[in-house]
Formats: sequence, C-alpha cells, structure tokens
Amino acid sequence: MSWKHPWIPTTDEMRQEMLRSIDMKDITDLFANIPDEFRLGHDLDIPDSRSEIEVTNRILELGRKNKPVNDGRAFLGAGVAPHYIPAAVVSLGSRSEFVTAYTSYQPEVSQGMLQTLFEYQSLMAELLDIDVVNSSMYDMATSLAEAVRMAVRVKKRNKMLFPRTMNPVHLKVTETYTEPVGIDLELVAFDHETGLMSLDDLNEKMDSSVAAIYIENPSYLGTFETQVDEIAGIAHDAGALVIAGVDILSLGVVRSPGDYGADIVISEGQPLGIPMSYGGPLLGVFGCVNNRKLVFQMPGRLVGMTRTINEPHDRGFVLTISAREQHIRREKATSNICSNQALMAVQAAIYTSLLGKSGFRELGETILYHSHYAAKRLDQIEGVNAPALDGPFWKEFVVSFQGIKAETVHKELLKRNLHGGVILSDQFPQFGESMLLCVTEIHTRETIDELVSAVSDIMEGAQ
Amino acid sequence: MADRISSRRFRQAYWKEPLIFELSEPGMIGHTFPSIDSDIIDMVGDIDTLIPDVLKRKHAPNLPEVSEPRVVRHFTRLSQMNFSVTQGTYPLGSCTMKYNPAENEFSANLSSFLWAHPYQDESQVQGSLEIMWELEQWLSEITGMSAITLQPAAGAQGEFTGVLIIRAYHKCISEECEQRTEMLIPDAAHGTNPASAAMAGYKVVVIPSDKEGLVDLDAVKEAAGSSTAGLMLTNPNTIGVFEKNIGEISGIVHDAGGLLYYDGANFNAIMGITRPGDMGVAVVHLNLHKTFSTPHGGGGPGAGPVGVVKELEQFLPIPRIRKRNDGSFFFDYDLPQSIGHVQSYYGNFGVLVRAYAYALALGKQGLKKVSETAVLNANYVAHHISNLDGFTLPFSKDAPRMHEGVISAEALKESTGITAMDIAKRLLDFGIHAPTIYFPLIVNEALMIEPTETESKEELDLMIEVYREIAKEARESPDIVKSAPHSTAIRRLDEYYAAHPKSLTLSWRIHKQKQQG
Repeated sequence: MSWKHPWIPTTDEMRQEMLRSIDMKDITDLFANIPDEFRLGHDLDIPDSRSEIEVTNRILELGRKNKPVNDGRAFLGAGVAPHYIPAAVVSLGSRSEFVTAYTSYQPEVSQGMLQTLFEYQSLMAELLDIDVVNSSMYDMATSLAEAVRMAVRVKKRNKMLFPRTMNPVHLKVTETYTEPVGIDLELVAFDHETGLMSLDDLNEKMDSSVAAIYIENPSYLGTFETQVDEIAGIAHDAGALVIAGVDILSLGVVRSPGDYGADIVISEGQPLGIPMSYGGPLLGVFGCVNNRKLVFQMPGRLVGMTRTINEPHDRGFVLTISAREQHIRREKATSNICSNQALMAVQAAIYTSLLGKSGFRELGETILYHSHYAAKRLDQIEGVNAPALDGPFWKEFVVSFQGIKAETVHKELLKRNLHGGVILSDQFPQFGESMLLCVTEIHTRETIDELVSAVSDIMEGAQ
Repeated sequence: MADRISSRRFRQAYWKEPLIFELSEPGMIGHTFPSIDSDIIDMVGDIDTLIPDVLKRKHAPNLPEVSEPRVVRHFTRLSQMNFSVTQGTYPLGSCTMKYNPAENEFSANLSSFLWAHPYQDESQVQGSLEIMWELEQWLSEITGMSAITLQPAAGAQGEFTGVLIIRAYHKCISEECEQRTEMLIPDAAHGTNPASAAMAGYKVVVIPSDKEGLVDLDAVKEAAGSSTAGLMLTNPNTIGVFEKNIGEISGIVHDAGGLLYYDGANFNAIMGITRPGDMGVAVVHLNLHKTFSTPHGGGGPGAGPVGVVKELEQFLPIPRIRKRNDGSFFFDYDLPQSIGHVQSYYGNFGVLVRAYAYALALGKQGLKKVSETAVLNANYVAHHISNLDGFTLPFSKDAPRMHEGVISAEALKESTGITAMDIAKRLLDFGIHAPTIYFPLIVNEALMIEPTETESKEELDLMIEVYREIAKEARESPDIVKSAPHSTAIRRLDEYYAAHPKSLTLSWRIHKQKQQG
C-alpha cells in the first residue's frame, strides 16, 4: 500500500488523474526547474513519520521533563511573570476562527479579528492613557528597540538616555537594533538606596542631541520612579521625547504614563492572560500620543474604524495607514515588522474586558498586599534584607543576603520544591548577594509562608 | 457541482455587535479574585501609603464593566465573523495557509510548556530545551545548513537577524564592513526584504526581473561589486518559479565578495527535494507559521528560524542551546562574536512546540510528500485557471510552478472591466478566501494562488469552477461582481475614509473625541 497521511487528502489515484490533466507524467516533472546538481539524492536524515498516538506519547514524555510553575511555588519575574489566566480567556482565545486566520487582508470576511484588535488597541489606550496603540509588536524588548528608532526618526537626533536600573535584556535587544544605524545609547546613574534616577547625572547627559529619555516604571529592580514629572519636564524642555515602559497590570492602581507626559509608551502584555510559555509568544504593547508626526512614524499594524462604501454606511474595521509598512514602503518603511502577535492581542483584549474597571484595581491591590507581605516577613529573618532598596514597589523587589551566596539560597530552595527569583549578583553587584523576587495573585499566604520558612531555614544553616 | 458552486453555498454570520465599551453597565463585573488573607492584611496594614501620591492612579481607567457571559457571547459572535482555514480554502499566495493540525494545539497547550518560566532553573525545563535542540537538528538537516537559531519571532525578524549576521561577517571576517554598504534585492521580493536590509543600515539595490520573471543575471553581474554585502533571494520566487540560475547567482555574488541570503518563505515547495545549504547559500530563514503549519493567529505569532553555514555560527544570537555529554541541555551565553539578543528570551517557544509536533508526525516521508503534493496542487490550479477565458499565466510559461502560481486577470479586465480586486471580493461569496492580489508588482492584475497540500482535489476543482463562474458573471452580469461581496458579514468597506485625517479613528477614545467635536 502506498504511503498515506491524514493531513494530505490526496490518494495515489487522484494524484495520477491530476498529473494527467495538466499533461505531466510524473511528480518529478514538476521539479524540472531545479538543476540536477541541487537535487537531494537521498532521504532527509530526520525521524520517520509517526502516528498521532506516538507523537502524543513523545510530547507527554518531554512534558514530564519540565516542572510547571502554576503551583505558586516559583517567585520568578524579571520580564514575564506567573499570573492567573481566567478560563474564559483560554476558551475564547483558542477558538479556531481566531487561531487559524491569516492577517485580515480581506476585511469583509475578517470583521471578527479586526473588531477584536480595534478593541485591544482601545482597551490598552484606556489603561495607558494614550490615544493610539498599534495591534502588537513581538515583545516588550523589541517594542523598546522600535520606540528608540522611532524617536530618532521623529526628532532627527541621535542620542538616547536610559536608566541604569532598566531591564538589562531589553537594553541588549535595543543595542542589537540600533547599533547598525549608529544610535548613541547612554545610561543614567541611579541612587543605590532608592533606585531613583539621578537627576544630576540626567541633566549632565542631557543635550540637544538627545532624541528621548526612557523611564521604566516600575524599574527592573521593582522600584517606582517617582520623579516622572521632573524627568518628563527635563526631556520636553530640551525638545526630546519621553518613552515610558510600564507594567500594564499595575495601571489599576498606578498613575498612567499618558498622565505624566509620555510620548511613546511600551509594555509587556504577557500578564494580560497570556501564558509565559517559556518566554514566548509574548505581546509587545506599543502606543503613542495622537500626533501625526508620531503616528505616521509608528511601526506595526493599526486597525481603524470605518464604514461601508454604500449606504446605510454600516460600521466596520480595516487595517489602515499602512503606507508606513514594509509591503508598501519597502526600504523606506518605518519597520520591517509583518507577522506580529495578533492572537496574543486577542487574549489580552478578552482578559482586559473580563477584569474591567474594578478588576484591575482589585488585582493591583492584591499584588501589592502579597508582595509587601512577602517582603515584610523575609525582612524579619536574620541576614536577609527585603526590600534591599528603600523605594516604593508593587510586584517585584530585591532581596539581599548576608553570609551566604544567592546561588546557594537558590539551590537550597530548589531542594525544598520552591523556586527563588532571578539572581542579581552579577547584573547589580552593588546589592551584594541578591535576587529579584516576584509575588503575584497566584502566590497564596501558604506558599509565601513556605518560602519564608525555607529561607529562614537556609539562613540558619549558613550561620 | 453546479449546485455547489452557487454563491448561496456560503453565508457568513453577522451580528450587529457593539464594541465592548458600548456593552458597559456600571457595577457589572466579569471576574473576581480571592479576598485577601486576614494575616496578610494585619501584617501589611494600610496599603494606601505603599504607592506614593505622585504615582497613584487618581481616576480608574475607563474600562468597560461587562459580565462574564456577555464577554463570552461578545467574542464568540466576533469569532463567527472571521473566516479561517478550519472553515474553508484559504489560498493566500506566499502565506501557505495549510490545515493547522489539532495535535499541534494539544502539544503546545500542555501545562508543562505553558507554565515554564524562561528563567527557571535549567534542571526544571529540560523538556523545553530538548524540543528546541531536536528541532534545531531537524531544521538544520532540512535546510542543509550547519546551525540554526530559533530566536526570531517572525520571518521579518529572521531576515533582520540574517542580514545582521552578514554584516558581522563583513565586520569580522572579510573586514570590509565599511566598504560593503549595499544589499542586492530582486524587484519581485517581499517588502520585508528591503525593509530588513534597510533596518540593518544597508542601501538597497533593486535587481529587475528578466522576461521570464526570474532574477536578471546580467543585472546581478552589473550590480555586484566591491560594495556588495550580499543578495537576498526568495526561492522559489514570488511568481512561484524555482530560480534555476541560483548556481550562477551564487557564483556572481561570491566572486564579488558578498554572501547569498535565501528567503525560505516559500519552503513548502522543496522539503526533501532540494536544500539551500547545497546551493552556496550562507544564510537562510524559514517561516514555521507557513511551512510547519503553526497557526497564524490572525496576524501572528510566527517563528522565523535562521540557518547559517559553519563559518557564520559564531555570529548567531545569544543564547544558544548546547547538549552535554550526559545528555542534558543548557544555554550558552558566552558568545563574544554574536550579533546579540533579538528577543527577550529564546523566541516563540509555543510556536516551536507546534512545529516540532508537526515535523515529528510527518517525518522524512511526510515532509517530502507535503512538498510534492503542494506543488502538484499549485500546478493543477494554475493550469486550469489560466486556461479559462480571461486569465493567463505570465512569465516562464514552460516552467512548472512550485508552491504557488500567479495568474493575471488583465485580459478579463480589458474585456469586461472586472479587476483582480473584484474577483477577490466575489470569491468570498463562494466561501473561498481570496488569493493575494496585486503582488508581485511585475504581474498586472495579479492573483497569487497558493492552495497548499491540505486541499483535496474536490476543493481544488470547486475553486477552479468558481473562477469559471466569476469569469462568466464578469461577461454576463458584471454588476454582481463589481458590487461583491454579498454573502460576507459586511459589504465593501471604505478604506479611504478609514485613513483620511478627518475620519481616522484608531481607538475608542479617539472615536469619542471626534463625536464630541
């Protein structure tokens, strides 16, 4: 019997019939344009085809080699974080009408995706207090990199100032994106007690070549930048833009970046109902003020509201102002981005709709309680300083250890079926042996208490 | 058949569904969280002081207040107004809209994969690492390249990564980075190619197509020289034909001191048949959301792995996966020559799991059969549609098509006034998604049709008959075509109105501002 597969609905007989009808004898005739010297003369050296049962078994076997962190026993953040995902987000977000569609090039049959993305843009705009949000970038790191390139285009200036407390990987991705076009990236010093940006150093580095200042709020170290109005003032007085990177989930309780004058706003959308999935797919949130100079320099797709050509002019949605994009502008495009993270934007829209006005506040306060409870309890342990910085924090905070390596604490926690935070000792040596803990709504009093007693136990063992 | 080709075979759902904001009713909630443990409240005390006044949100965000059932109904209704590949033929050229196996979704949605944190201790994520390592091995073999990075999140990011690697080569190996400022790109290339090259700082030199629709060899010879960094070749190209002169192109580019980049967007035609690595190619990217059946999600996520030859391995993005002698896996960050990070973490892992499950299910026999069948289907459709009155198959008439065929409806337009756009809209009425239209620009009234291997002969015959029917309508009752679509959720939309400065509305808050004047 000939080789068959359930995903290839063509029998040998059909194949022969089709070949005959196009005046071809053999399948190999179809590859006549490939020079003989380049024809692969052998089978690929990859595994043989497997049935669905065998694939499932292999996938389950690989799954067993992972330890999922949905039990509230891992306190990891630093860019993405474990958050609860409502069942309705999973159920609606996995509808095949959304999942298996392409980009909405034919709006008349794609109103579902287009309206959902318009709602995503609108919901993010309300959280961020900024008028225009695109329909997604890959992740927060590439959002930042594109924001920097956009600021440089808008301002025709070539220098960019970043807080030293920012997410180091976001900075590295930005370096990759800006190095080829020679954008000058400079770091501004911070106060080691509070985590605040040094305004003296900022003023010193500020000059007429600065395109934008980046504010990360809260910073990678978890602390809030409270001098937002001063920093925005310094930027705007010098004719520069403000790019703000925020934790989108914090915005039920924390002041919006639009309110303190940010011109471009970015965020990681993963907390909005998107699984961490070992670091991807994530969701790059990207917005800017409604100023034509900025909007027309924006990267990424935008969905706009419109109406039918003919009366009665029903409301509808289309991809719009795409003359910024690569398929039209080619090398003059604002970015090369084409495929984005639309399905993640759908999930974020559903999540944000469910939580609504009160849900964001409730969740913001829950996280505030949980993280501060964890810090207070840890701080009571001899040799532990939590938070290690004095500045206000929301979800993440630095904890430092005396008389023991952070790496040792990490390993000892693993033995107790707990996972500590990202170790900061190399990235931020000024805090000594330290890690960045992240506490969210999925952590309970019980798991936090277990963490505290484990750390206490580990510290005692080290004395 | 006559009954089946009726435009009454399809009628899309329509709900006059308000925006989520318009469904808001004060006091309604869609989700709750556990109440705070009393011990926690006692310990933390008053939270009002925890966020300084200057950073407190004074006014709650203007988010809608909607109950869970209403949210569920809202997005279910919206989903019903969205055509997808699980509903019908979606032959968008260059997009490879094949069936997305249910098995892929099962695999990616295991909680062990969804709930893995990217910074989790390596001992707890060996399953994730093994998937990525094995997938790298397979893609390396399928492309014939020495090493693969899975980090790029999409094809365009793969291109950018690949071009940066070419740039690193000229910086560190040829030491001619300053001098090599130009990237050669055929005029029929996807727009991402010139955009990616420009992002990496290159000047784009456009290479025209010859009368066969292939890259013009003489033009390459003329353009290639001491300032050439490389040439980006899409193969099979965007008219669906294999660039048979790739050996010569590769020779010219190499003689000039440049590198050949292979855009693998159209890889669905060549798996197990030929490999870029055997053609003198230095860098290649794949689109897993095309060739490896990972769903496109209405615009993304994708994954755009990049393969390179041995000499360029040192430039691949940070980090890289390595295997220890004991069989365990780890990330290597010690890569001093690397172009750096292009993503926060390791790429779109959830997409990679789907591609892994797909490749495992098809294996060596299946991937080759996929390409053979995809090519047969494309030729079958291109042959029969181009034989219909009003349609032609321009360029390389005697060359078989690969994954897709680009049909011209110019003759139909001349005789009836019906354009490629009209045909695209009318196809929707028959429950068949439109092809890619007006691309590549070298074909007038272009209809770029890529059926893929997951369409059966029955579906293909139906599509061909629908084209016949539309051509007939164009001659006999053109108004029905010009005013199409009729069976979709909504009629033709005003794109000019959407983009006009006076009516440009990109969010609900802009809409409200406009309403208030």
